[in-house]
Amino acid sequence: MNKNTRIIAESLKKRNRSESTFRLMGLLGIISAISFLVIILTSIINEGKKAFVSTQIKLDIFFDSKILDPSNSGKITEIENANYQTLIKASLLNFFPDVKTRNDQRDLLSMISSSEQENLMRTLTNDISLMNTKKEFWLKSSSKYDVINKNPEMIDFAEEDRLISNQQLFWFNELKKDNRVNFGFNKIFFTAADSTEPEQAGIWGSVMGSFFTLFVTLLLSFPIAVAAGVFLEELAPKNRFTHFIEVNINNLAAVPSIIFGLLGLAIFLNVMHLPRSAPLVGGMVLALMTLPTIIIATRASLKAVPPSIREAAIGMGATKMQTVTHHVLPLSMPGISTGTIIGMSQALGESAPLLMIGMVAFIVDVPESFLDSSTVLPVQIYLWKSTAARGFVELTAAGVLVLLTFLILMNSFAIIIRKKFEKKW
Amino acid sequence: MGLGSFCVLIILIATFITWYGNNKALRVNHALGKDLKLPSLPKYYSFYAILWLIIPSIILILTWYIAKPLILDVLVLSFISEDTIKNFSGDPSMLVDRVKSINIERPFPGTDTNLIEAAVYLKKTLERVQTFTFLSILSLGCFLSFIAIKKINPAFRARQIVEKYNVAILLVCSVVAIVTTIGIVFSLIFEALRFFDKIPLFDFLFGLSWSPQMAIREDQVASQGSFGAIPIFAGTLLITIIAMTVAIPVGLTSAIFLSQYSSPMTRSIIKPLLEILAGVPTVVYGFFAAITVGPFLKGLGDVFSLNIASESALAAGSVMGIMIIPFISSLSDDVISAVPQSLKDGSYAMGATKSETVKKVILPAALPGIVGAILLAISRAVGETMIVVMAAGIAANLTANPLEAVTTVTVQIVTLLIGDQEFDSAKTLAAFALGITLFVVTLMLNLFALRIVHKYREKYE
Repeated sequence: MNKNTRIIAESLKKRNRSESTFRLMGLLGIISAISFLVIILTSIINEGKKAFVSTQIKLDIFFDSKILDPSNSGKITEIENANYQTLIKASLLNFFPDVKTRNDQRDLLSMISSSEQENLMRTLTNDISLMNTKKEFWLKSSSKYDVINKNPEMIDFAEEDRLISNQQLFWFNELKKDNRVNFGFNKIFFTAADSTEPEQAGIWGSVMGSFFTLFVTLLLSFPIAVAAGVFLEELAPKNRFTHFIEVNINNLAAVPSIIFGLLGLAIFLNVMHLPRSAPLVGGMVLALMTLPTIIIATRASLKAVPPSIREAAIGMGATKMQTVTHHVLPLSMPGISTGTIIGMSQALGESAPLLMIGMVAFIVDVPESFLDSSTVLPVQIYLWKSTAARGFVELTAAGVLVLLTFLILMNSFAIIIRKKFEKKW
Repeated sequence: MGLGSFCVLIILIATFITWYGNNKALRVNHALGKDLKLPSLPKYYSFYAILWLIIPSIILILTWYIAKPLILDVLVLSFISEDTIKNFSGDPSMLVDRVKSINIERPFPGTDTNLIEAAVYLKKTLERVQTFTFLSILSLGCFLSFIAIKKINPAFRARQIVEKYNVAILLVCSVVAIVTTIGIVFSLIFEALRFFDKIPLFDFLFGLSWSPQMAIREDQVASQGSFGAIPIFAGTLLITIIAMTVAIPVGLTSAIFLSQYSSPMTRSIIKPLLEILAGVPTVVYGFFAAITVGPFLKGLGDVFSLNIASESALAAGSVMGIMIIPFISSLSDDVISAVPQSLKDGSYAMGATKSETVKKVILPAALPGIVGAILLAISRAVGETMIVVMAAGIAANLTANPLEAVTTVTVQIVTLLIGDQEFDSAKTLAAFALGITLFVVTLMLNLFALRIVHKYREKYE
């Protein structure tokens, strides 16, 4: 072996080593990106799955007519306005007879969610024959106990760091020993709107808010964006003005979303005096934001239609407009709808501009129209995250899960459309 | 009559006109006999009539909604007695605002009865005027479209005109993008100028102390607050730098791996996964940063006896970096794939290994495109809101230490504008000044980056 080949062989070894390090670096990049995704999803699922169930406590409720209807009038209105708290208290005291002082009794009562009083009232007014009978109920516990029950490690915390006192924990454990505590499906989470109490707060209000907002967004952005895309791609002459429009659209696509919120605040609210917190305004702002996305998607799928189609149509005597509306546009519809759905899913996850136009209010009613005050899914997540009570952490994660579910549904729908209808020329 | 019933009515009328116009055109065609025909298809004649219904209606409705506030003012001022206006200490327009804000069913106790009467009158008259306006708009539209239908004759070429109008409508739709940009610029400039009336531009751009929370009441000590934005800019810069130190290496290496090393099979699995990362809403990243990363870093700091704030710039910045990874990787993947095969082949033919080709040929060739991608990513990081709102601090803190809490432009805009707003205070107007700064900076970055990417693409096409 002469000197030169030795040098080459040595350098080759070095070069191959650097080759494999380089490759490894690339692999590491991919692996870290994927593991970030996995970490985010698992941490959220771990926290969020807890909110789909809630702690229930079994109590024997005696519908005492002496408490509910002391005058024995039998009137529904009287029964509706009665004090159902007393019933729950009586039942609890039955179980813990040695709780005497007022403060202790109040602490004991705080175990049951205050929403259950209304539920008991509903049950009784629906079936008045329950009066003066005893019935078993699974009552929803208040959020503090729910949190302790779901996170057993918190039991070992010092009393002041734990949410409930030692005494309350003792009562709770007694009930547990008696098999009176279990988990039930948290129906309220899927049917209610926001609340100050974590165990009574639900996601439905913001789902409806998101629905109304996105409806307005779709109604405004889809026709305008498709029209603009068709004009720019098919009909517009290539001149300075159309070039300026294109530059504008590309720029709008990269403008930070919060700027659109400022626009909405200054123009829609302060100049046009539209109502604050309304899905109508939110939809308008998001429509402006999604316009560039849909325009770009429209243009891409129009471009994908081969020129032979246009030439054939024009050869048959169709006008330019007829060529577009009869042939090119229908052929590119799958691509356009895919782009639209992706734009909509971006709009669904967007929250910053909506903070600006007041969709962050605390709203306890499920919105019913485009003008009702409401909030949307991602903003609800933000609101719950900013709330101090520990019970909201799980709700926030569960809200994230609901949001992600919607996004996955929308995106898989888009993929299905693309796979099923898109033509390869 | 509300806007909803107006829309329903106009759709009904349009359906009727379509049917009637079609019929009329067919009848004319029939009457003309065998040899002669209308120059356009019947549907174009009815379409023409509908244009005459819809376009004037839309223009008039928009005018009505623009003019409505002015009409309100006139109505209220004409109703309120002279004495009330004279006795009122402030400007008459404030009186009008007060009347508008009265809830008729449950007026605030102690409200001037004169004003309540005015509010009731206002509501009733407004309803009546609106119904009248809507009905007259509709009848005008009907009148115009019936004239259009009357015009049907063989000399009238409806298709040409309809198509011309359609192109005009499409043009108007594409101009919406320009209008939006103008709207953004004007709304920001207008409010920002009002801010700079109170606070000099120089103090805003170069001041070292930011504490707008003081400016709540005029009579308060130090009611001016201080609006030096340097700490905010520094915080934004710090978080952006952290985000980029996470995103650029990971994004770039994965782009290189995906485009050069991976088999088509792995590529088809990994690409969608990265797209999922891109599709996760920012509020989710914010939640992850605030609940998982922040406490984790704090705990880590306790182990090494470092004092890491739970809202540290590091937590917000690194999660923002994760958010930007797919952005950088997909953009640079495109750019790297655009490098012509001939360059790579030349390099291989000289005996270069794959990594040498990437380092010495592909990356230098793709560099402008990659720089463009990174600039776009920086612009995204600067404008990102939810992650920093949820995971970064609120108090302005001029520091370069990533372990401390800092605040950003977007966080300040949100905190200044959430809650009670009074549009005369420097506090709320400051948000618009920050907004226009953000807009200008991101616009520069975007224009520059898009230019680079565009030029680069042209070079290799």
